[in-house]
This record gives sequence, structure tokens and C-alpha cells, in this order.
Amino acid sequence: MTIQALPALLQALPQDADYTRILPEIVLSLFGMAVMLLEPLLDEEKGQKILGLLALVGALFALAATWCMAQSPGLAFWSMVQVDGFSIFFHVLIIAIAAVVILSSYEYMAVQRIRGGEYYALILFGTVGMTLMSSAVELVLIFIALEISSISSYVLAGFRRNSASSTESSLKYFLLGSFATAFFLYGVALMFGATGATNIGQISHVLQSGPIPLLAYVAVAFMFVGLGFKVAAAPFHIWTPDVYEGAPAPIVGFMSTAPKAAAFAVLLRIVFVIDVHALFWIIWVSAALSMTLGNICALVQDNVKRLLAYSSIAHAGYLLVAFGAAPALGTSAAMFYAASYAAMNLGAFAIVSHFANVGERYVSLEDYEGLSRSSPLLAATLTVFLLSLIGIPMTGGFFAKFYVFSAAIKANLIGLTIIGVLNSGIGAYYYLRIIVMMYMREARKPVPATPPPFALRIALAACMAATLYLGLSPNLVLEYSQDSAQQLVQKNRPESPATTSAALPHRE
Amino acid sequence: MNTDSLSPIILTLVTFVPLAGAMLLLLLPRRARDIRVFALVVSLLTFVLSLHLPVYFRQPSAGFQFEINKPWISAPNIHYHMGIDGISLWLVVLTTFLTPLCVLISWHSVEERVKEFFILLLLLETALIGVFTSLDLFLFYFFWEATLVPMALLIGIFGHEQKVYAAVKFFMYTMIASVFMLAAILWLYAHTGTFDFVAIRDLITSGAIPKFPTAAKWLFLGFFLAFAVKVPLFPFHTWLPDAHVEAPTAGSVLLAAVLLKMGTYGLLRFNLGLFPEQSRQNAWWIMVLAVIGIIYGALVAMVQPNMKKLIAYSSVSHLGFVVLGIFSFTQAGLNGAMFVMLAHGISTGALFMLAGILHERRHTYEISEFGGLASPMPVYAASYLFIVLASIGLPLLNGFIGEFLVLSGAFQARPVYAILGATGVIWSAIYLLWMYQRVFFGKVTNAVNNSLTDLSEVEKWAVWPCAVAALVMGVAPILWLSAIDSAVHSALTPFVHVASRMVGP
Repeated sequence: MTIQALPALLQALPQDADYTRILPEIVLSLFGMAVMLLEPLLDEEKGQKILGLLALVGALFALAATWCMAQSPGLAFWSMVQVDGFSIFFHVLIIAIAAVVILSSYEYMAVQRIRGGEYYALILFGTVGMTLMSSAVELVLIFIALEISSISSYVLAGFRRNSASSTESSLKYFLLGSFATAFFLYGVALMFGATGATNIGQISHVLQSGPIPLLAYVAVAFMFVGLGFKVAAAPFHIWTPDVYEGAPAPIVGFMSTAPKAAAFAVLLRIVFVIDVHALFWIIWVSAALSMTLGNICALVQDNVKRLLAYSSIAHAGYLLVAFGAAPALGTSAAMFYAASYAAMNLGAFAIVSHFANVGERYVSLEDYEGLSRSSPLLAATLTVFLLSLIGIPMTGGFFAKFYVFSAAIKANLIGLTIIGVLNSGIGAYYYLRIIVMMYMREARKPVPATPPPFALRIALAACMAATLYLGLSPNLVLEYSQDSAQQLVQKNRPESPATTSAALPHRE
Repeated sequence: MNTDSLSPIILTLVTFVPLAGAMLLLLLPRRARDIRVFALVVSLLTFVLSLHLPVYFRQPSAGFQFEINKPWISAPNIHYHMGIDGISLWLVVLTTFLTPLCVLISWHSVEERVKEFFILLLLLETALIGVFTSLDLFLFYFFWEATLVPMALLIGIFGHEQKVYAAVKFFMYTMIASVFMLAAILWLYAHTGTFDFVAIRDLITSGAIPKFPTAAKWLFLGFFLAFAVKVPLFPFHTWLPDAHVEAPTAGSVLLAAVLLKMGTYGLLRFNLGLFPEQSRQNAWWIMVLAVIGIIYGALVAMVQPNMKKLIAYSSVSHLGFVVLGIFSFTQAGLNGAMFVMLAHGISTGALFMLAGILHERRHTYEISEFGGLASPMPVYAASYLFIVLASIGLPLLNGFIGEFLVLSGAFQARPVYAILGATGVIWSAIYLLWMYQRVFFGKVTNAVNNSLTDLSEVEKWAVWPCAVAALVMGVAPILWLSAIDSAVHSALTPFVHVASRMVGP
């Protein structure tokens, strides 16, 4: 405090608080590097467990770091990173997803005979990118974070090296993914051209102070294309089934939840902070298409992974419905949806990867026949996740859909809501098919059913607890997401009071 | 001990004791006998608890009683609001009365996956009671959807040959129809800020909801569609025969006796309660559908070669009476509708049990397989006859009172409909008695049937309570109607206003 001579220099250096505000990312990176460094030192066979454990500890430490980060909300690194309720929410969500994925990978890696510490390291690095996406408020940094997360996912998708479909999946994901990120980058450049800024706050300021240039609309649309690819929203969803089919099952669970949550976080910031009307119809069409295409294509799938891939497209559509609603309400509904979708989908994929067995041999619907007899508990668990995906009461999936649609109705999106609820009715059919296979048919061919190992049990218990918790007492999570959504919206658009109150009875 | 002190929590107890029982069953070892006994004890306990409701029900009062209203989720504003009036009171008791009988009738017929079966049965009971007791629209929808899963699983796991098809059809029909109700509920919440049934009703009555007049038509249809599929009203009935024929006996009993009543209860509570004006405007075509349902259901029932399908179609016909009574908007019509709901629950429930007993012995429902059963199974034949007569509507038995009231109510409102509907009474006598004659009278035509055993002790305990209830309901309907009457009266008050408004300027 007493030093007066060097204020300019000190200003130019990052402060302590700056580091606190990216502490989870630092912790994750350090642990990722530790995993990489340790890998050659350990026995190839036995070392796997240790590496996995280290990665898990890293994720848990990152959760603790998130708590530290939450103690000092604010901007960091010259307003490139923002710690607010919104980013804390997604940090916790994404890191928790990573932890569950690491847990459910243990057995999978051993069964598939995949070795490589980089697997766990890549999960951690990918998580760094995703968490950073949720807290970055600078478009260039968002792009970098997006790339960090994407490149990890490209490699992870191809980890079943001896399987052609996995390689295909990786390559397809890589080619199309880099194409899509290029769109995003293009959008960033155009936005810079239109407003002279790349910081979301500044952009919103510039756009609100005058007439919105056409270029800004184009820029937002381009960014939507890039992010729409990441969340697998129609019509940018074509890659999803192939990539999900080929990639290792736990990674599919990861890819279908964490990067999606991160991309939705970015999209929420961009859409609700910068401008909503420019995108309204694009989002409307994309949401309606995603729900309808996703559900209809899922009806005819016979491969469980493909089925869940199409289901994830449909769920991206439900989530997009929230973007059409009022900012605060839509944001909180989307946040809640992302969380409960993560819980149920991860759980479902954890079970799918357990049953897949060597070389992912058992992933067709027929293989699930008679599962309720050979492993009743696992079948019941999977049933709960599937019921949650359908949106049956007492599960998180029900409340998630409920909030999204109720936000949409409040914003008078009657058409989109009708399409949405109809879709969730139709969608019930294909989830039900899996339940039918498990409970109402007898096994026609022997499928080895091993009891789940300890790590997987913990992962499943966590997903199950989250799904039921969100379904029975969603208060806490919901209130948190509402508060942080309100903060997010209010801070950036002080002059829109009518749309921010969640409990507003009448909205004309 | 003063049991009145239970009143504030009695609805919670009645609703969730079966759920708690199901949870405990989860922990019980897989010994079939223990599980059966435990399920029976839980369902009997629930029944005994539910008897608290009629005992302490304050008769002349028309409002909701035993209310409990606690905030559950703050935003959206969802309350744990339960309460019953004369309309829901007896439906709750009907549910709790039939569940122990369902346990008994499944005593020997369910041999595999016994544990799962009784867990699902108890879960279903909780959801069904919840539907009738919730006064928060969200809570109502919650329980409404929650009935789907256990019922679909009961059909799909424990059913007969085409069980998967029937289970999926049942699930999809109801699911798709009820999402429209969800949309309507969400609209109401968006414009009122509450899910509370009473609050929303008051807001609608006072005209305080903006845009309501334009939206009301669609909201009415949203609710109506969900309920019409459940009732099932012609032409939404096609899931019913499949579901019934394939379901296990206990599933059929609860399906016919209680699940279908969810639809008619919904029409009465929500369509009439929230949208009196739209109900009036749409009454004519709904009554046309009801009359078609009565006659069509009866005609189709007549030609069924399958006993269970015959009973299933007779449900379509009987439920047509209920809808006819509801949309007559007369005191007698609504009283009758309520009474038919209860009477149909008892007698059709018993008919399904009896059909199930036969299936257990011969593994078929084909009427042509039987004949002359009265000689090997005299007690069974007598019980069957009693229930058939109750179902036909013989005076002094339960079917008569309800149908008479419905028809007299409908006659006051729209005579032509009542006259057409009245033929349904004749039809039902024809198809049921004809079936009875083919199955029981004459000489034993199929030698296998000579060795059939008569009702066992357990089966007697399952069927006879229904017969007793049918008799008591027929002799002393006032026991039921006194509570129903005042509730119906208050349900009809808005219609007096609507009527005067429509006649006036």
C-alpha cells in the first residue's frame, strides 16, 4: 500500500485475486500435468488405477478450489474472466461431471484394455477448457477455452485405437468440429468489426447505446453456428450419432454433458447479455428442429449409444426452448436443465459403458433383453435414469422440462411449448423401448453380466442421488440458479426490469 | 385416544403409507409368502386409515376438508396442498378398499417376481390416492404422471401374450394426451402465479386473469384431451381393451375401477370447476361422444368372444354414463355420475377378479371354452351372477342407483340423449346375461371344465367384500350420496350463474 512509485507496474501485473478467480483451472492443469509426468514412471498395468485416482483427487481439489474461487467474485485478468454465481454453478457442474466420468472409466479402461495416462490427463485438460468457457467474458478467451476443450475431446473420442469406428468418430469430430469453431472465430471477428470490442460487457454496452448494426446480427448468428455444433443442436447435429457410436462410452457420457453445458453457458452469456431478438427466430427454428429430428430419429435406433445420441440432440432442443424465454427465467431454467440432464445422462452412459464389455460388443438394444433378471439392481437404476430422461415425476428430468416449458409459456411461446411437450410425449417411446427390453423380454442370447465395481457404484450412486434430489427437492439448486441468473442479467442490462423478476405473476 | 387429532395429517398418511410399504418391501428378502402378507398388511392399514375420512367428514360442508397446505418449492410457487371434498372422498376410499383385494386376488396368480409385483402395486396405490387428494395443479400432474409407470410395468411384466404392445400403447396414449394438460397448467401458472386449484378457480370466477377469455377454449381442450383419453371416451378408447386383456388381474381391477375414474374425476373437478362456461359450450358434442360410447361400447361388448375384452368394452359403455351425467349439469346427473363411478369400480373390479380366477384355472378367457360351469363351481357361479346383476343395474344393487340418477339428470337437460343413453341399460343386460348363460348354464361342454375347483378361501375374501359393498350401496345409497350431494351442489353453483348470464342480456 505504501509503495507509490510502481502503481502502473503493479496494475499491469495480475493480482492475487486474479489467480484465485481461476484457481480451479490452475488446479486441474497441475493435476493433469502430474498425471502425464507420473505415467512413464509407473508400472503400465497397475499404474492405471493410481493415475485414475490422481485425476479423481485433482477433480475433487478443483471442487474445493471452486469454493475458494466463489469467495472472491468479480472480474479477473483485465476483465477477461468473471466469477459470478453463473460461472460458479457451471464450474461445479462441469468438474462434478469430470469426477463421475473418471470414476466410471476405471473399470471400462481395464475391460477394454486401454492404457494411457493421457486419457485421464485429457479429461482434466478438457475440463479446464470447459470451466474456463463458463467464466470467460472475453470472446477471444472463450475461443481459446473452446479449443482447449474441443481438442481434448477429439483425442478422447478416438481412444479405442484398435476400433475403426472410434478412429472414424475422432476424425469426423475433428474435421467438423474445427469447421464449426472456425465459424465461431469468424463470428468473433465480425463482432469486433461491428462494435470494436471483444469483451461481452463492452459489446453489450456498445450495442445498447445505439442502433444495432447488421454486422452484429451476422456475427451472433455465426457464433450460434459454432456453439450450435458443440451442443448438437439441429441442423448442426449430423456428426452426433456417428461420433457417439464410435467414441468410448464413458467419453460419450462426458461429451454429451460437460462440453454441452459449457457451450450452453457461453451461449447464455452471448444471447442474453448481448442481444436476444437478433437470434430469436434462429433459436426457435433450431429448438423445434432439434426436438423433432432428435426424437423421430431416435425412435428407430437399435444401438443404445446411437439412441442416446439422438436423445441428446432432442434434449439440446428442449434446452434451447429456454433461450426463447425471458432472460432471467430462461437462464435459470437452462441452468437447471443442464444440471439434471448431466446427472441422468451420465448415469445412463455409466451403465451403458459397464455393459458394453470388451470391444463394446454389447451395445445393441437386444443385448438389454432380460437384464432385469441377470442384474436387477442395475436394471432398476438404468430405469430411473431413463424415466428421468422421459420426464416422469420424482426425477430431475421432470422438473427440468417443467421449468423450461413454464419459462417458455411465461414468455408466450405457446407454439414452441406445444411442439416441446408433444415431443416429450413421443420421446417417451424410445426410452420405454429400453425399459421394455430389460423388464418384459427374456434374454435370447447370453450377455455376460458382471456386478459393477466399487468405483462405478459410487459414480452411479452420485448420479442417482443427484437425479432424485433434483426431482424431489429442487429448491436449493433452483434458487441458486435463479439468483445467479438474475445477477447475470441485471448487471448487464440494468434497464430491463420487467423481464427479470422470476416470480412476476403477470407478464404482458 | 382421540383419533380426530389425526385429521390434519390423515391425507398425507393415507397417500404415503403404501409408498413407505413399497420402500420397506424393497428391503425384505425374496420370500414370496412374507412379501404377500406384508403387502396385505400395508394395504389393509391404508384402508383402515382411510376410513378416518368418512368418519370425520363434516357432512353439510361443501368445501375441502382435512386440508394440508405447505410450501414445497418456492419458485415456481408449488405447494403441497391436499384436501378432499365429497367428490374425492369416496374415490380415495374406493382405491384403498380395492387394493387389499387386489393383493388377495394376486395371492396365487403371481408366482414370479412377487416382490416387484407388490412394490409396483403399492406405488400405484400411492399415485392413485395422490391424484384424488391433490389440490395443487402441479401436485396433481405429478401424481397423474406417476400412475403411468407402475401401471405400464404391471401390464408389461406380468401381463399375457401381447403384454409389451399393450403396455407401450397404454403408456404412449396417456403420456401424449397428458402433455397437453401440462401445457394448459403451465399457461394458468404463467398468468396467475399459482398452481393452487382453489386460488385459480377464484381468480377465474372473478375474471381477474388477463387474456383468459381467448385462451379458455384451448385450456379447456388441453385438460379435456388428457381426461378423455383416460376415461376413455369414444374415440380415444382403443388402448383400453388391449391394456385390459393383457394386464394381470390386479392390474385390470385397478385400471377399470380407479384409473379410469381419474379421467372422469378430472373432468368433474377441473373442466367443470375451472371452465364452467366452456363446459357448457362444449357439452353438446361431449354428450354425443358419451352416448356413442354407451351404445358402441355395449354393441362391441356383445360380440366379444373373449370374456375380459367383453368386460373391458362394458367399461367404455359404463363410463359413457358417467360423462353423460357430468355434462348434464344437473344435480341428479352429477350425483348419478359420481355414484356410477363408485358402483362401476366395485362391480367391474369384481368382474375382472372373477374373470381372472377362471383364467388362473384354464389360462384362457375365451367364452367358447366354457359352458355349464355352474355345476363344477357353484359358489363361483353364484358370486358371478350376483356381480353381473349388480353391473346390469338390478334395483337394490349398486348399478341401478347411479344409472337411474344419470338418466334422470340427463333427461332434464337433453331428453334425446337420455333416451338414447337409456338403451345402454338394456344392452348391458343383454351382453352380460348372454355371456353368463354361455359360460355357466347348461351341461358342461368341455370335459376339462369338470375338474375345475370352486372358489378358494383367499378368492372368497377377495370377491365377497365387493359383493357386500354392491348390496349395501344398492340398499343404502344415502350413505354415499349425502357427502356427494353437497359437493356436487357447490360444483354446480357456477353453472347457475353461467346459465343466467347466457339467458340474460
